[in-house]
Amino acid sequence: MGELVVDKHVKYILSVEKRKDSFESVVLEHLRMNGAYWGLATLDLLGKLDALDSNEVIEWIMKCQHESGGFAGNIGHDPHMLYTLSAVQVLALFDKLNVLDADKVANYISGLQNEDGSFSGDEWGEVDSRFSYLAICCLSILHCLDKINMEKAVNYIASCKNVDGGFGCTPGGESHAGQIFCCVGALAITGSLHHVDKDLLGWWLCERQVKSGGLNGRPEKLPDVCYSWWVLSSLIMIDRVHWINKDKLVKFILNCQDTENGGISDRPEDAVDVYHTYFGVAGLSLLEYPGLKAIDPAHALPVDVVNRIFFQK
Amino acid sequence: MDAEEHILRLSQDPEWADLTPIPQDDGPNPVVPIAYKPDFIETMDYFRAVYKANEFSPRALQLTHQAILLNPGNYTVWHFRRLILDALGIDLNEELNFMLGISERNPKNYQIWHHRRWIAEKLGTDAASKELEFTRRMLSLDAKNYHAWSHRQWVLQALGGWENELDYCHQLLEEDVFNNSAWNQRYFVVTRSPLLGGLEATRESEVKYTIEAILGNPGNESPWRYLRGLYKNDPKSWISDPQVSSVCLKVLSAEANHVFALSTLLDLLSHGFQANQEFRDAVDSLRPSNSDPADSDLAKTICSILRHVDPMRVNYWTWRKSKLPSAVSV
Repeated sequence: MGELVVDKHVKYILSVEKRKDSFESVVLEHLRMNGAYWGLATLDLLGKLDALDSNEVIEWIMKCQHESGGFAGNIGHDPHMLYTLSAVQVLALFDKLNVLDADKVANYISGLQNEDGSFSGDEWGEVDSRFSYLAICCLSILHCLDKINMEKAVNYIASCKNVDGGFGCTPGGESHAGQIFCCVGALAITGSLHHVDKDLLGWWLCERQVKSGGLNGRPEKLPDVCYSWWVLSSLIMIDRVHWINKDKLVKFILNCQDTENGGISDRPEDAVDVYHTYFGVAGLSLLEYPGLKAIDPAHALPVDVVNRIFFQK
Repeated sequence: MDAEEHILRLSQDPEWADLTPIPQDDGPNPVVPIAYKPDFIETMDYFRAVYKANEFSPRALQLTHQAILLNPGNYTVWHFRRLILDALGIDLNEELNFMLGISERNPKNYQIWHHRRWIAEKLGTDAASKELEFTRRMLSLDAKNYHAWSHRQWVLQALGGWENELDYCHQLLEEDVFNNSAWNQRYFVVTRSPLLGGLEATRESEVKYTIEAILGNPGNESPWRYLRGLYKNDPKSWISDPQVSSVCLKVLSAEANHVFALSTLLDLLSHGFQANQEFRDAVDSLRPSNSDPADSDLAKTICSILRHVDPMRVNYWTWRKSKLPSAVSV
């Protein structure tokens, strides 16, 4: 089995900027903020965040903030909860949360809470349990959880729980590992994990591991490196991660590396991208792969960053 | 008539001569900088100009069309398109037609589904059948498309159209009985349809349906979980219904994947089900010759077998075994 080619992955992340005219770069334009989070969080987990000039990144991030307090995916785009969390996370990585007017961001987020406790992603009103997570995680980092109706927020998430123990995007929606991460993460941050049937959900989650060692997101779907994050972090939050076969999962992720040019793909032999590179490295971090920083499964930030935020360490 | 082949050259078009394009500002030395194609740059430069000027005009609507074709993921463009549609009072049925081709090319794009929801909300109950037909078409391309299912559930709850939904689930399960999305939708229908009377009213026929599916493919996770769900909040009936225990027994006695039959039987035992000798014999016959010796406690024997036949989750089954009350000889 090969090892994690750390230097190649660092080079890959830094070289994304040199690629010209790729289809991927065009479709990523509007979600560059997510791209920045994936890339920079990966660098930090690999211990190479100092390879970039943080001032330039921060200057760009602040240009993406709107009057409403929310952040857009790029300069000149509309704000959305998706990019607001990424912006706050990247600032946290650089220990620069102090450049933010936390109340202003928190007001944007609390303004998106609906009467039933759910959250919309933006002013257009699409509702999804993912947005509950984004809101709660972001407010937690900003120490502003008191700005929302927590009881209603938690009850809405609990209403998305299914009989298989998993969670869907809205009440009655199919259980999906990505949605489960969002719901369990939000419940963990708010100290509400008693809403989770840990044994039942733990079994559903470990059933996601297929013969190749990889994890899928729903029954009978193909494995994908990104679920190394969604499934594993959920299992850790409910204290059941020992129920999967860790060695086989490590092998699966390492087999998805481009060992020549760096980067990680969804499945072995596929094309690499920043998204899967982040989820592969973050998954390995959760699996305690040697040489990587530890990552907090609920806030999706390195543990040292989370400690700095909550314990001023 | 694919508009993708007709990208307008705006800088050479007199109709656009009055507008000054605004170039993209990626900030200094971008972290994840983007290399753009020339036609994309030009379209987006003009888009920024109409967006900034709040120009709600037919030509701006046409421009959003072009920008969407170049990048259907750009939510700012979609957002602006909605403002124009509102301002110009465009027939939203036309808009649904415009969406068809784009949707089929980008079935997992969040903006497209969101836009669709916005239109359907405006059209109201008249849109129900059209939306159900549309999701059916999208699900015929990918029967597990999460966005399509989510939209369909919203349509049913907000606009109605439950009449044929159980049949539709059946049809999809006929095509692929492993489709967990279709099983989930089936559960959605039996628990939420205003026409069926809820879980208890449908349980009998649903249990029959599910058992048939299990016997056809005993290794299929979905119907096993569905069966358990049919007894939600009623564990007593679940334990005492002979149909549940007997489907376990039937599968155990057949040459088949036994994992879910064994785990269901284990759950039943943990909840107080009393197994007779027939169950003991069926389980005993599955014991691999090199496994732990038979235990007088049936549940423990089941855990030992599961450890053996499902090695990927050996730690889970070991934990299940450790959680069982220590054997009390009677």
